[in-house]
Amino acid sequence: MTTAVDRPKTQSEIEAQQWLHMYRRMVMIRLFEEQVNDLYTRALMPGLAHLYIGEEAVAVGVCAALEPADYITSTHRGHGHCLAKGAALDRMFAELLGKEAGYCKGKGGSMHIADPDTGNLGANAIVGGSAGIATGAALSAKRLKTGQVAVCFFGDGALGQGLLYEVMNMASLWKLPVIYVCENNLYNEYTHNSETAAGDMLTRAVAFGLPALTVDGQDVRAVYQMAKAIVDRTRLGAGPTFLLCNTYRFMGHHVGDINREYYRSKQEEQMWKTERDPIHLLSDWMISQNLADRARFDQIRSEVKSEVEKAVQFAIAAPYPAPDKADQDVYA
Amino acid sequence: MPETRELTMAEAVREAMAEEMRRDPRVFICGEDIAEAGTVFKVLTGLVDEFGTERVLDTPISEAGFTGIAVGAAMTGMRPIVDIMFGDFSTLVMDQMVNQAAKVHYMSGGKWKVPMVMRATLGATRRSAAQHSQSLHAWFCHIPGLKVALPSTPYDAKGLLKSAIRDDNPVVFFEDKMMYKLKGSVPAEDYTIPFGVADVKREGTDITIVATSSMVQVALGAAQMLEEHDISAEVIDPRTVWPLDEKALIASAKKTSRVIVVDEGYGRYGVTAEIASVIAEGAFFDLEAPVKRIGAMHVPIPFSPPLEDATVPNEQTVFEAAKALCGR
Ligand SMILES: Cc1ncc(C[n+]2csc(CCOP(=O)(O)OP(=O)(O)O)c2C)c(N)n1
Ligand SMILES: [Mg+2]
Repeated sequence: MTTAVDRPKTQSEIEAQQWLHMYRRMVMIRLFEEQVNDLYTRALMPGLAHLYIGEEAVAVGVCAALEPADYITSTHRGHGHCLAKGAALDRMFAELLGKEAGYCKGKGGSMHIADPDTGNLGANAIVGGSAGIATGAALSAKRLKTGQVAVCFFGDGALGQGLLYEVMNMASLWKLPVIYVCENNLYNEYTHNSETAAGDMLTRAVAFGLPALTVDGQDVRAVYQMAKAIVDRTRLGAGPTFLLCNTYRFMGHHVGDINREYYRSKQEEQMWKTERDPIHLLSDWMISQNLADRARFDQIRSEVKSEVEKAVQFAIAAPYPAPDKADQDVYA
Repeated sequence: MPETRELTMAEAVREAMAEEMRRDPRVFICGEDIAEAGTVFKVLTGLVDEFGTERVLDTPISEAGFTGIAVGAAMTGMRPIVDIMFGDFSTLVMDQMVNQAAKVHYMSGGKWKVPMVMRATLGATRRSAAQHSQSLHAWFCHIPGLKVALPSTPYDAKGLLKSAIRDDNPVVFFEDKMMYKLKGSVPAEDYTIPFGVADVKREGTDITIVATSSMVQVALGAAQMLEEHDISAEVIDPRTVWPLDEKALIASAKKTSRVIVVDEGYGRYGVTAEIASVIAEGAFFDLEAPVKRIGAMHVPIPFSPPLEDATVPNEQTVFEAAKALCGR
């Protein structure tokens, strides 16, 4: 019996497992965010939150290419990055609700989830504010020879921040293991980036000597394959890379951004939602390749749904921190 | 008797860094013109020869960038010292220090730490005009999560800087650029000075002069002049303005019953305002007179020497204020 026939099947089974795992993560982020929207609508969540719905393939594809010890920095739209890097649903929800059991004991909230155990250096409410931190983590990794890489996630709006160019320059000069992942969802809040970013996005990085690549941010397989190739060469000492992921946020800038027609059309949103949903794109492809059937996806979705529901119940029931904790953790 | 040497302030600062870099391989310095050039003030001269260009890391002219990199490096296992040539350029690193370094520990619920030091200079009278002469340390005192040290002698500079480097929090360390050549005795053996402990630089009974950094020498000069007028002045230096040794300041105020606070930063909403209020609250019933504040004139620092000199507190102004406060 030749294994030549079996091997591709085994290989494709392994691959199918990998894609199903990414499917699960994307669904987890989607359902998490839907739940966040619901918590906001029911006035159970203090403040606002920026939902990642529509962009799931970017965080999931990139983080699937990372090791647990690798670093990420995240943004105001950061829930997806944290979950993709391995954060637990219950402690995420708890943090968003300001509960003691949250990742930051309720001191960070939606925009500041941080978790050393999953290499998450922190989400950041300053646009572009974590570019230095990610680059510094890469400096540590190089100096301490740990083999870690750092991924800096940021939106297209951060292209307006000078810090990014300062640190890309130094990362290139010093060949640091950092990957700048720009999530181009076309908008900075309520303004299209054709009004905020002049010239070409990629050539900005090219000017500093970084390889600059573009990928379809709705296609998790493409993101993963591209990220994997970049991470592998980064780990071998190739220096920094810039990756532009073209994507779209399906919802408002934040949960309270309901009427959006003054800055983008319903047709545009509809087109992305029906034709470019990263979750459907993956499941449709897998079905067409006979890698899984519809029932498998339905099953995953219902499993994740009950996990999310359990986690949100945990967070709602969890106690707030005592007020006397307010002045703790100011200094180490 | 333990061995001591006469060192300049610059030598004391350099020695502190060199010893800490020998002691701890995680410590490194980054900034502009620090390696071969040894900084514009020659404070780091020779360090690159011992530690190499990876640990005495010359950066591009990107203050926000390398300060941000230091924050990230500090979080992930290194202990960076950031060199900001002129304190005036602190404006460029404010987001990294205020919104990032100062808040990481708190926002993460105590999980991440930022053990870094930002060294910068303060002080006028170098005829360097408005963008190279400011004393902006008060800005950092306003931010929970940061500590702020203001050494006034070579001994204090070395001991405080070593504590700063060993601290697990972001510390902002301001050196008076006019004092780099000031000499003082410094022990040869290892020592540190804890933060939040004031030092009485001269004992006295009639009036307390609280002075920081560049103003300590001015206060000591004024105290000398006062002595000739039979006024005994105590000079006390908080050494770190956050944490602040409120107890020692209040005790000295209670002892003398009259207080002047002098600091080279702007007086309005500044270090002198804070210290005066601490003393007013803590020693009110022991005071013979309102606490007097003396800071830089509330103007951009002018270039022309007679103008610039008029903006900075000096021995004469402190002497006269003290004399008036004592009713003489
Ligand atoms: C330095 C700074 N300026 C302004 C803001 C307010 N702000 C929050 S999100 C945002 C738009 C960011 O756009 P982008 O980087 O493209 O991220 P996206 O929201 O599209 O994911 C702005 C201007 C901020 N948080 N930080
Ligand atoms: Mg955007």
